[in-house]
Amino acid sequence: MTPASSTFSDTAPLAAAQPAAALPRLLAGIPPHGAMTLEEHLAIHDPPPLLRGHGKKHDRQRGAALIDEIERSGLLGRGGAAFPTATKMRAVAGARGRAIVVVNGAEGEPASLKDRTLLETLPHLVLDGAILAAHAVGGEEVIVCVCESAGAGFEGIAQAIEERRSDPACVAFERSAKVHLTRVPGHYVAGQESALVNHLGGGPALPTFTPPMPFEQGVRRRPTLVSNVETLAHVSLIARHGAPWFRQLGTPSQPGSALVTLSGPVGHPGVYEIEHGASLVSLIDAAGGTTARPRGVLVGGYAGAWIGGERLRGVALSNEHLAPHGASLGAGVVLLLSEQACPVAETARVARWLAGQSAHQCGPCVHGLDALATTIEEIAGGIAQARVEQRIEQLARLVRRRGACNHPDGAVNLILSALDTFQTEFADHARHGPCDGCTRRPELPLPLAPVSSEAVER
Amino acid sequence: MSLLAAAGPSAYWYLTRSTGAVALLLLTIAIALGVVDVQRWSTPRWPRFVLDSLHRSVSLLAMVFLVIHILTSVLDSFASIPLVDAFVPFVGSYRPFWLGLGAVAFDLLLAVTITSLLRQRMGYGTWRAVHWLTYASWPIALLHGFGTGSDVKSTWMLALSVFCLLIVVASVLARVLSGWPANLGARGAALGGAGAFALFLMLWLPGGPLGSEWARRSGTPAALLPHAHSTAAASGSGR
Amino acid sequence: MSHHVRVNPISCEAHGMCAELLPERITLDEWGYPLVDETPLQGSQVEHAIRAARACPTFALLVERERARARS
Repeated sequence: MTPASSTFSDTAPLAAAQPAAALPRLLAGIPPHGAMTLEEHLAIHDPPPLLRGHGKKHDRQRGAALIDEIERSGLLGRGGAAFPTATKMRAVAGARGRAIVVVNGAEGEPASLKDRTLLETLPHLVLDGAILAAHAVGGEEVIVCVCESAGAGFEGIAQAIEERRSDPACVAFERSAKVHLTRVPGHYVAGQESALVNHLGGGPALPTFTPPMPFEQGVRRRPTLVSNVETLAHVSLIARHGAPWFRQLGTPSQPGSALVTLSGPVGHPGVYEIEHGASLVSLIDAAGGTTARPRGVLVGGYAGAWIGGERLRGVALSNEHLAPHGASLGAGVVLLLSEQACPVAETARVARWLAGQSAHQCGPCVHGLDALATTIEEIAGGIAQARVEQRIEQLARLVRRRGACNHPDGAVNLILSALDTFQTEFADHARHGPCDGCTRRPELPLPLAPVSSEAVER
Repeated sequence: MSLLAAAGPSAYWYLTRSTGAVALLLLTIAIALGVVDVQRWSTPRWPRFVLDSLHRSVSLLAMVFLVIHILTSVLDSFASIPLVDAFVPFVGSYRPFWLGLGAVAFDLLLAVTITSLLRQRMGYGTWRAVHWLTYASWPIALLHGFGTGSDVKSTWMLALSVFCLLIVVASVLARVLSGWPANLGARGAALGGAGAFALFLMLWLPGGPLGSEWARRSGTPAALLPHAHSTAAASGSGR
Repeated sequence: MSHHVRVNPISCEAHGMCAELLPERITLDEWGYPLVDETPLQGSQVEHAIRAARACPTFALLVERERARARS
């Protein structure tokens, strides 16, 4: 328990209070329904440090000090890319123009619930983090983006913003920073950084060609920090308790805690807070154990990778432990697939959905994902062409890194990993066609109908 | 008699007719090449970059002939056509409507040409939007030719005009049949528009420019009309 | 100081002229879209690359110097 940094003198110094290191951290005191009120929030987490109001020079220093603390903490973005948050903040702070902070709550990944949960039940944690980030990067504007379909999440955060407006301590904390709230489309690629920036600038919620990156030129051509909801929640706690406290959980390369959304045949599917490196088994146990034998687990959502059932015991939830399995934690989506389910049919379904979720802006993605989905469907139906493995490998090569965003790469990862993990099942289907499991109700969650008001058609 | 001799056809008049005809032909070919371009047709001997380059060159050449056509008609002393008539439609004294159509077509093509020359500086979307004006300019240019053309009744000019019309209709057809535009209604409109234009020509030409006294009916100033008692001069009928 | 070619995949509409004008670096995939070799161009190839970039109807081909990382 090291003392806080010494650059602050008077009011709420940075990283002063040192609470217990254990879980829960983000989810501490989470109310059973509705949002945590401002009063409850401040009772559990002491007031956040004031970064503004000490004169321009001191404000800048305090902002830089927070970024340093975030860097020491090793916080990685929780939106899926796991990019070092401090690096991003520093880039935005150093770019020309008044910065803007965008809180990315688009959460287009179908199986992910963590961001809307935070917005719905713990909005003040997120707002603290967003304001702190805005102050740190020299910005005055925060735009909170909530997925169109997350009604309760929108209510929660809207209520919280209202609460803070009438609280003098909050007003003093936020200084001149303005918080705007907006709904964004819920299709898969809408949460991609450049897509979100595009949408906020009045364009479609579709990725744009980079450079320039959002941190240089984002919303209204200003340097924009696009940060995931959960990342900012962590920022608000690191600012209060410091980097050493954050690092007391997790692994050296991936410190701290994280939210994961667990679904599939378990007692209580939902959002859980784990420390990085926790074993999958412990997570399943916390969720009441399995209700059916798992055939495999999909880690990282629909851009992630499969791990076969026989290897589940050894799986630990951190990127360095998942890497040997060809997977990464991503946005914390952990999907168990029961033994009765057919991985081939499920993969075909997801592959087709991913093809449909293409922004339809880049030829290789449009054609490649469609061809891949068709090929998987053919395998599932037992009508695959000869040498289908070569065809899939060829398509993977034609699709990877040839789009404006990582969507096609993620889809390829998922498909290749399914083929690798469920080799036997795929071979069976290729030879004999559909199995009993194919007709069962699908387990992997996908939106039923178009999820957004913006049709992804070109 | 001496007056007639002095008022004989100048070189400018021949030039303006010929360059007008050539400009029409070149614009037609430019449109055809434009469709070839957008349809991405190519052969090993005619690769994409060659056909695209050809489209751009033919278009520029058409503009060159068009400019000569305009200048020579201004310089030709027969009818008073000030330079402003080339840019501002319908204000002239010589066949104001039909000449004005030429100005409209020229203005549209000017916009297309300038945006194309400055492509690098404007967004692709803007350039593309303006480029559609070529489809509008062509029928207007053809009507201008029928309305003001001195050679409209001659076989070669008629044949050339029909030939050009067929090429443009075929180009539109090729484009529409390949599935553009995506909207079926718009596709029908494009085809319908082309067909309607052809039909209009078939119905209008005989009683119009190919009919009698077109020169007077189209707005040629009275002073320039051949008088009833004058013989058909070397300049040919109906100027 | 090296030059590279890069394609803006959003602007690209598979016209295919780039592959004809810079076959050393660009080939077309089965759908007509460019497969770009982003290794540095040799000196003599730079003007061909620029010509190819000018020929692209949608300005999708870019000739860049010292390309920065495109995606995080």
